Amino acid sequence: MKETEISKHTISVLVDNESGVLARVIGLFSGRGYNIESLTVAEVDANSHQSRITVVTSGTPMVIEQIKAQLSRLVPVHKVSDLTLAGPSVERELALIKVIATGERRVESLRIADIFKARAVDATNNSFVYEIIGNPEKIDAFIKLMEPLGLSEISRTGVAAISRGTLTM
Amino acid sequence: MAERILNGSEVVLQALADQGVEVVFGYPGGAVLPLYDEIFKQNRIRHVLVRHEQAAVHAAEGYARSTGKVGVVLVTSGPGATNAVTGLTDALMDSIPVVCLTGQVPTHLIGNDAFQEADTTGITRPCTKHNYLVKDSDKLARTMHEAFHVASSGRPGPVVIDLPKDILVGKAPYLEPSQVQHRTYNPVVKGDRGQIEEALEMLASAEKPILYCGGGVINSGQQACKLLAEFTRITGIPITLTLMGLGAYPASDKQHLGMLGMHGTYEANMAMHDCDVMFAIGARFDDRVTGNLDFFSPGSQKVQIDIDQSSINKNVPVDIGIVGDVGHVLEDMIKIWKAKQYKIDANALDGWWKEIEGWREKRCLSYKQPKDVIKPQHVIRRVHELTRDRKTYITTDVGQHQMWAAQHFGFEHPYEWMTSGGLGTMGYGMPAALGVQVAHPDATVVCFTGDASIMMNIQECSTLTQYRLPVKTVILNNRYMGMVRQWQQLLHGSRYSESYSESLPDFVKLSEAFGFTGLTCSNPADLDDAIKQMLEIDGPVILDVAVDDKENCYPMIPSGKPHNEMLLGQETNGDEAIDSDEGMVLV
Ligand SMILES: Cc1ncc(C[n+]2csc(CCOP(=O)(O)OP(=O)(O)O)c2C)c(N)n1
Ligand SMILES: [Mg+2]
Repeated sequence: MKETEISKHTISVLVDNESGVLARVIGLFSGRGYNIESLTVAEVDANSHQSRITVVTSGTPMVIEQIKAQLSRLVPVHKVSDLTLAGPSVERELALIKVIATGERRVESLRIADIFKARAVDATNNSFVYEIIGNPEKIDAFIKLMEPLGLSEISRTGVAAISRGTLTM
Repeated sequence: MAERILNGSEVVLQALADQGVEVVFGYPGGAVLPLYDEIFKQNRIRHVLVRHEQAAVHAAEGYARSTGKVGVVLVTSGPGATNAVTGLTDALMDSIPVVCLTGQVPTHLIGNDAFQEADTTGITRPCTKHNYLVKDSDKLARTMHEAFHVASSGRPGPVVIDLPKDILVGKAPYLEPSQVQHRTYNPVVKGDRGQIEEALEMLASAEKPILYCGGGVINSGQQACKLLAEFTRITGIPITLTLMGLGAYPASDKQHLGMLGMHGTYEANMAMHDCDVMFAIGARFDDRVTGNLDFFSPGSQKVQIDIDQSSINKNVPVDIGIVGDVGHVLEDMIKIWKAKQYKIDANALDGWWKEIEGWREKRCLSYKQPKDVIKPQHVIRRVHELTRDRKTYITTDVGQHQMWAAQHFGFEHPYEWMTSGGLGTMGYGMPAALGVQVAHPDATVVCFTGDASIMMNIQECSTLTQYRLPVKTVILNNRYMGMVRQWQQLLHGSRYSESYSESLPDFVKLSEAFGFTGLTCSNPADLDDAIKQMLEIDGPVILDVAVDDKENCYPMIPSGKPHNEMLLGQETNGDEAIDSDEGMVLV
């Protein structure tokens, strides 16, 4: 890979679920000028109080290496894994998308939702809330199609990711 | 083992004692009164009362750097904690192990904008290696011990423990250090054997090798410095030290090229530029060392050894990055080098040394001492000469005097040189000297400072008097913020905007007001006597030396320039305006 080429990486971080740990991770990114495209966090092991943070970021190979090294040296961090380098992985995001429309536009939004396997989780006479799950690109595509059809509000979870096959963190 | 139940303050003091702490630098206030009460009741741990919390941290840094132990600070909540922030940042940048206990309002008031409440863990998160807010008495002892472990292991740094007042007053169980296991923070110390072998093979076939060594060697310890000396000797190759690394290798040795970087020697920087194999050992390719990265040592293969993975490939990509403690890695390097009977080609090495001798002949640090005015460099050299037979520790402030001290005072041993390298904190010198003197009551401690820097923590004169700390403060008084003036001269058309030291105090009267001796000197002929007098006085002294106010610090690599475009100074081509817009935007 070229030294100056910017690529996107999905990084998983296992951390102690203690107060301030998210601030440490976010502060590291803002303080050192790295960008965060998406960030999710939730406890994954209640017994050992560990949370998993998934960050999608981009940078040159040197910057990505820095990000991982900087994350690794935070005291509450147990493990850092670059899913993009580790092999194939699954990435999923959930979005709730509100479309306000009547008549033909309303019907059209339903048809597209059907193609995308998005579900209507709330409906009124002139609105729908669609739930869609997929990789971020799929969600982007869905949103784009909803734009002319009365798209009025979006809530996205950010990416959760895990490697394929038997490989674990 | 059965738990012992104490109150929170007792737990803190017990933990300090069990961590081997002898002295705490601090300043009291409402939130830490229970701790001060506990300090009053015991006599195992000594408390040194500074006059400003920033100084408490610098004093702890001086203590830590001159002993290799952890420095300990105790300050109150709110303003006590915020005043400590500069010191903490300083310790972070220079990798100095410090544990700083800050008071906090009681847990039930946190978040209510209570009197003297500050979000200390929020404020100090980016300026500490790690910090804790203890909200649960059960975790107090563990947190104390863990803080010492985090501060002192791996790449050292400052750790803050924020202690709400109710935690200090309430009951808390005590755990011995041995009862605490560290869950996540266990840095790697052994370097990868395969990588070490590969690196040595590279070195063995080098023709123009160089060792570039930094503060990491000193942090690794006395033994690491001995191993570095041995490795340098058995390989026969040149070595250069960073500002933070001075003392890791004896300055007087002929394999030593002097300090490198912005104000480093000509030979060190030229050798860095032209080398073919570079070993960076406990050094982090700081911008003050590398100059313009695009032109930095263009033809070399690089090996970097550092305990902190994030220091490797941060600024300069290296061919081999070895993560490990410098001492451990050097030990392996020596074993393998000997076992494989490696030897650098004698002809090549000889040619390399000849080239270096050529650069040395420039005598880039030379100056002429005229009859009428004292050259600042000369003051450093004379103090060095006249303290040779004493155990001497040097601290500095920030500016030209700092660079002259680094260039002209030959440091032979580790732990004897304390300066604010990474942050460049004016006001560091006197409190750091105070901390050094507390650690080494019988040694000679000299603080080289400037007329501007000294004013930044001048209140510590009072601490010197109270504890009879015989620190010798030498002001290289050029009536300017000299380093600022130098940059204005070279980069801003000699427009000396706000860099003149107006209304300086009479330092003799000032010393006397604080209860100790002040001396002045302006005649070159009197300098030695003044220094001797200062050294003989049994107590703190400020020696105010009027030095040449036009003197600039050379050699100098202007910001944005490569190593081989150094300015050499008055004798050759210096003091010319630097024509570079690029340099103007850099720091
Ligand atoms: C706290 C702080 N403020 C500002 C600076 C910027 N600065 C660097 S050197 C310097 C001048 C120092 O003057 P002086 O102490 O007289 O030393 P000299 O350079 O004259 O030897 C200044 C203002 C700094 N390093 N630290
Ligand atoms: Mg000055």
